[in-house]
Amino acid sequence: MSKASTSTTSKISSFVLMIIFVTLALSLTALILALYAFPQNPEAAGYLLLIGFLGVGLSTYVLLQTRRRILRLRIEATSITTTIECKKCGFKSLREFQRGDYIFKEVEPCQKCNDKMLITAIFREIKGKRKEGFPS
Amino acid sequence: MDTLTVINILQSEILQWPGGDAFSQILSILFYAIFIVFIFYGQRIQMYVMLREVEGSLHKLKYIKDEGRKTTIETIKEIGKPQTDPTTRVDRFLEYFTLLPQSLDPAGVVWKLEHILDIRDARFKDEVKLMAPATDETQTNNLENTLEAAMALNYIYKIIRHFYLLGKKTLSLYIIMQIQMILPLVMREAEAYASALKAFAYGQPIGDGAGALVGAKLMYGHEKRKVPKDCVVSTVPIEGRTAYVVKAEGPGGNVGKTGDAIKTIIEENEGKIAMIIMIDAAMKLEGEEVGELAEGVGAAVGGPGVDQFKIEESILKYRIPINAVIIKEDIGDAVSPMRKEIFDAADMAIERIKQVVLEKTKEGDKLIIAGIGNTIGIGQ
Ligand SMILES: [Zn+2]
Repeated sequence: MSKASTSTTSKISSFVLMIIFVTLALSLTALILALYAFPQNPEAAGYLLLIGFLGVGLSTYVLLQTRRRILRLRIEATSITTTIECKKCGFKSLREFQRGDYIFKEVEPCQKCNDKMLITAIFREIKGKRKEGFPS
Repeated sequence: MDTLTVINILQSEILQWPGGDAFSQILSILFYAIFIVFIFYGQRIQMYVMLREVEGSLHKLKYIKDEGRKTTIETIKEIGKPQTDPTTRVDRFLEYFTLLPQSLDPAGVVWKLEHILDIRDARFKDEVKLMAPATDETQTNNLENTLEAAMALNYIYKIIRHFYLLGKKTLSLYIIMQIQMILPLVMREAEAYASALKAFAYGQPIGDGAGALVGAKLMYGHEKRKVPKDCVVSTVPIEGRTAYVVKAEGPGGNVGKTGDAIKTIIEENEGKIAMIIMIDAAMKLEGEEVGELAEGVGAAVGGPGVDQFKIEESILKYRIPINAVIIKEDIGDAVSPMRKEIFDAADMAIERIKQVVLEKTKEGDKLIIAGIGNTIGIGQ
């Protein structure tokens, strides 16, 4: 069921893409035509120029829009850090989260004193914090 | 009207161009045509624009929902080691529904609600066991939470699709409008559920577990015993007082029935409890900082209200004062992997609790400290 539906989604997007490219091609043709028509009929050339620029502008805009939407659709993977501490000697190490980790889990023995180590923290850090701009 | 002036200016500009008789006439007719179309069909055009917007979000929702379903099935296959393909079972599970009790006569509705929720929980656990036979209790709880998140995503998608199709069918501006208006909030919620699903599938602690983390930090290193239902309690000396620290039993995804646990402890002590302090994550308003602490009174428990009701009932019986410390976060933080700010707030919350204990109780008093929240990824 899901397979079929994903293929329709991609079909729709490729259809839209085709329209965009056709528009782009047509407007580029209009621009070239304007160039040729300019010596004989400057007025018509002006209209063609207008249409050409409008078409190019519009299709690039839509193209950028769809691209942005695709980028936004991807769910970003966050990195989760696990902090392991030795209660005895204070040795501390950080690593990527692994399935099965939990806070206050006893893990492999300490490299220094061979005592059991403990997971003391699991969190994700958000880099490049955005300030919510309004004074309190 | 803005468009009108623009059209007029454009028209006069073009009419002034040299030698454009026939062409400019055609153009002016075109402009009038557009103008008339806008007068009569403006609202309809607006409606189509809204429909397009809803459609775009619907595509996104579908993507999120399908990803969630995929993650769920993969996780079940990975840790559950099922003999058969769990896909059909998962798909059937996603359609499960729960009918809440009739509240026309509200007396006793809490117990009915509790009963229904108990049945639901038992049914879900059975279902997970069937889907993934090789899981231990922790993993069963995590998978149950994962499936619930997938279910929520499925439901949101279906509701938005319903209104989208209904709007398309009836072409009623108001049906489309009401869904378009709440769409930003719905999308936020869906994104929150999507990240929750990931966290549940991996067993990572989530922001909602802030209260449980405070409980775990307080009780670590002390002897623990189980109390009904799915909770642990340990007796911790704090500033010369005896504190019964309660939290849901981790590290599986579980919120426990804190209401029952607190009631049990109160009854064990025959009501001789000087104070109850509850710690929970709470919804922040936009503009407030993540991990901000606030203090107040009342039973700080989320969920369907059964636990809050029970706690209020039992403290009323013995007139026990109740205080609450909340850690603020928004819905996205509450269900996605715990942020550093929230993790750090747990230590500050402990300081705050000690302060309250010193100010509001005497030496030798007994008190209850309850860390509320989903304890996924947090042991004790
Ligand atoms: Zn060591």
